[in-house]
Amino acid sequence: MPATAEARDPRGEDRVTLRARGLTKVYGSGEVAVRALRGVDLDLYQSELLVLLGASGSGKSTLLNILGGLDRPSEGQVWFRDLDLTDCSESALTRYRRDHVGFVFQFYNLMPSLTALENVALVTEIAPRPMAPAEALALVGLEERQHHFPAQLSGGEQQRVAIARAIAKRPDVLLCDEPTGALDSTTGIRVLEAIEEVNRELGTTTALITHNAPIASMADRVVRFGDGHIVEVTENPDRRPAHELEW
Amino acid sequence: MRALNRKLLRDLWRLRGQVLAIALVIASGVAVLVMSLTALEALRGTAEAYYERYRFAQVFASVKRAPERLVSRIAALPGVQAVEARIVELAILDVEGFAEPVIGMLASIPEHGEPQLNRLALRQGRFVAPGRPDEVVISETFSEGHDLNPGDHLHAIINGHKRRLDVVGVALSPEYVYSIGPGALMPDDQRFGVLWMGEEALAAAYDLDGAFNDVAVSLLRGAAEEDVIDRLDLLLARYGGIGAFGRKDQVSNWFVMNELDQLKNLATILPTIFLSVAAFLTNMVLNRLIAIERSEIGLVKAFGYSSLEIGWHYMKLVMAIAGLGIVIGWGLGSWLGSFMTEIYAEQYRFPFIYYRPGPAAYAIAALVSLGAALLGTWGAVRHAVALPPAEAMRPPAPPLYRRTRLGALAQKLDQPTRMIFRQVLRWPLRSAMTSLGVALAIAVLIISLHWLDAITHMVQVYFFDAQHQDVTVALVDPQSSVVTREFQRLPGVLAVEPGRMLSVRFRSGQREKRESITGLPRDARLQPAYDAKGEVVPIPPEGLVLSKKLAEILGVGRGDSVTVEVLEGRRPVREVPVTGVVETYIGTAAYMSLEAANRLMRERPSVDLLHLLVDPLEQSALFAELKELPKVSAVMLRRATVDKFYETMARIMYIFISFYIAFACTLAVGVAYNSARIALSERGRELATLRVLGMSRLEISYILLGEVAILVFIALPLGCLCGAGLAWLTTGLFETDLYRIPLVIEPSTFGYSILIAVAATIVSAALVRRRVDHLDLIAVLKTRE
Repeated sequence: MPATAEARDPRGEDRVTLRARGLTKVYGSGEVAVRALRGVDLDLYQSELLVLLGASGSGKSTLLNILGGLDRPSEGQVWFRDLDLTDCSESALTRYRRDHVGFVFQFYNLMPSLTALENVALVTEIAPRPMAPAEALALVGLEERQHHFPAQLSGGEQQRVAIARAIAKRPDVLLCDEPTGALDSTTGIRVLEAIEEVNRELGTTTALITHNAPIASMADRVVRFGDGHIVEVTENPDRRPAHELEW
Repeated sequence: MRALNRKLLRDLWRLRGQVLAIALVIASGVAVLVMSLTALEALRGTAEAYYERYRFAQVFASVKRAPERLVSRIAALPGVQAVEARIVELAILDVEGFAEPVIGMLASIPEHGEPQLNRLALRQGRFVAPGRPDEVVISETFSEGHDLNPGDHLHAIINGHKRRLDVVGVALSPEYVYSIGPGALMPDDQRFGVLWMGEEALAAAYDLDGAFNDVAVSLLRGAAEEDVIDRLDLLLARYGGIGAFGRKDQVSNWFVMNELDQLKNLATILPTIFLSVAAFLTNMVLNRLIAIERSEIGLVKAFGYSSLEIGWHYMKLVMAIAGLGIVIGWGLGSWLGSFMTEIYAEQYRFPFIYYRPGPAAYAIAALVSLGAALLGTWGAVRHAVALPPAEAMRPPAPPLYRRTRLGALAQKLDQPTRMIFRQVLRWPLRSAMTSLGVALAIAVLIISLHWLDAITHMVQVYFFDAQHQDVTVALVDPQSSVVTREFQRLPGVLAVEPGRMLSVRFRSGQREKRESITGLPRDARLQPAYDAKGEVVPIPPEGLVLSKKLAEILGVGRGDSVTVEVLEGRRPVREVPVTGVVETYIGTAAYMSLEAANRLMRERPSVDLLHLLVDPLEQSALFAELKELPKVSAVMLRRATVDKFYETMARIMYIFISFYIAFACTLAVGVAYNSARIALSERGRELATLRVLGMSRLEISYILLGEVAILVFIALPLGCLCGAGLAWLTTGLFETDLYRIPLVIEPSTFGYSILIAVAATIVSAALVRRRVDHLDLIAVLKTRE
């Protein structure tokens, strides 16, 4: 039996931000069908920091995509609070992403034609209750660099702009897929500090995918994936601050 | 199959939309060239074969009356191969059920056997039988114009007597490929016809027994036409010869050659522009297409493929695309070429069509297209293979953007709009190329459409502003000017204006030109001398006013003098001063005052041309009278001439132009689609990221298509400018002796061209928009392309 996460509920049902039940995802069909998820149940609580660990192809990215409203499960259901994401139209999913979700990508995905400030403004202009772009940049320690274009920023700085862009809308959910994957450890730690800060200051539910096991120690909970299901869920009562991490 | 070749096939399939769009652009250029060149080749080949097979003469001459014994003396002239003496007269015809008088050209044919020269191609019935003076063979156009077939009959005023003529055959003649009546610009099947009658019958009717009044001569290979013409003139002078002329001045052939010239211009200038535009677009599109392949090129290089192999791989890709375009263009061009040839053949009457296009047109079109495509690719591929593999595999470093100096305006823009502007300004060259591509498509539309404006303008000036008569009557012989009063009394005639038409040869040094001088009354109102600016040109009491084209041909200007050899009457030869030069659109006219013309001829005031203003209510009564008047040789109706002009020239122009418009639309769609599609490939990741961040499809479409919209917007005025420039260039090159196409571009032409380009952009944008809706949002989270 795969371990399930919802049994270990430390904070009470009323604070669940995302709830997934019986998620399966099959790509392709017939002989070439790939089962990326094989029945996943998971709850994400308000202001918790969750780290998803697992080998390539274990299904963690597929889960993140479904939670972020980028993909739909083949079976099972996902709720964001009372909103059934599996039942949403394409435009309702766009709305969900726009209003509630922040994404941080492995390769930053900044718009090269916009400055740091403008990249953040790109999102704040369409969000319902955003913070000022400069404030978001200050939160990640980049107030000095706000008028630089991506080409003028280092990799770590670009990723911090990406985080500022993701959090400037005050999202309810922050989804980070390998945010430090392309960075050296010093820079990676600065980026994690930024994520940690946002999680702490704004109380954003944060899910972070990584290959990098040491990062797990900064999480409230660590969910280990294997072959399309959750293998293990570990509570971590003593979160370590990001700046203490080493790899 | 080698893996790289398999990749090639899959790439072609993956890029099928763009492959097709580029192939269609290439195909347009190729098709236009093949269409025009093969049609030209077919018409030229057909005319040559027809002339050869039906023994079209090379020198022609008319006389008042020459005795038959002169034929052997003509045959004995050095250089002469064969001689055909005949009788040719104009007569008014009366066809049942047709109110207007018809001009008939009566020409004699031997009653036994075929003529030596200018043989007829019998289409229906038979030739005239000996001893049957009322039998006629009629020209095919005339037969079709009135549905006259063997067994039917018509009436003619022959030498003052009305006679019934029986149609026994229908034929074509190399002398009347372009079956055109006196004074007309276009063939008119209903108002002009050629009738061939037995030699004896016609001789009897015109009191020309044992005599002839027209002669056609063919030459021995290598004979000098000029010498034969001069000797023939000497021989015929005392019999009232009005000057022999070569094939190039023969009316039908002159028109055929003139139109072939015009077609040649049409077949070279416009396709050249098309092909260059297509080549430019191919170049531009392929350049960007290859640039996107950068990381794949790096990868393949990393595997150990040489730069040469990779270059060759992409060359093959481009050759496949260009090859597809060329094949489509060849097929389409051949089909259109044979279609165009048939359309032309309806106007020029040939007994057969010789459509066997040679390889030249196809080869030229293919080489130019392929060359342009390969050249475009070469630059991009060389750039890509020059990179070390590791660098090529890495995505290009984020391009460094700069703040645009839009100042205060920039503060008001939202981020997506800023992205659009920065994107445009970051790659100014590429943006300029895209704009230029769309601009060229617009320009091609303008030069296609402006022909219609030019023709309309030409017709307006030539037929409406310059001419106000309803009917022009030509007289058999010049008459004393009192004849004006006689015509004034005819039913429905409101005004009469006399004129004198002199058949002359102008000489100036080595240059010469057969033309006629129009003698006009000083206060001419119905048909004054009129210039291209739309103004009446005053005719001075002395001297000649020449059209600019004629002055050019003769190499003279105002203040010079030219030698005028009159080719009729007493055949005076005079030096006449050129007192004016006027710009005209059609023909190579020469004007003189009526008095001066009479003085030149040393005759009393006489006229042989009458312009009539007619009350439309009494028109039929007038026609009935004119049909009976023996002194009338021809009746021309202005309205009919205008109608015919539109029916023939305009029809061909319209067909040609609609093809060009279709091709120009293809160009416009090709550029717009490819620009948007490539922009999507280049920026797919950016756009998908924006979708992930919560932007709707509409918002990201705005970013993508907004760029295209700006570039098209810039292209609009640029295109109008290029179009006007190219139109100016082409009208200059289109000049022939017959026509000078004016540079007239109506605002509506700019409007339509812009509308078509905008519509093409919208269609392309809609096609690309569908792809935007299917962007893979998950892929961008992970990898970089």
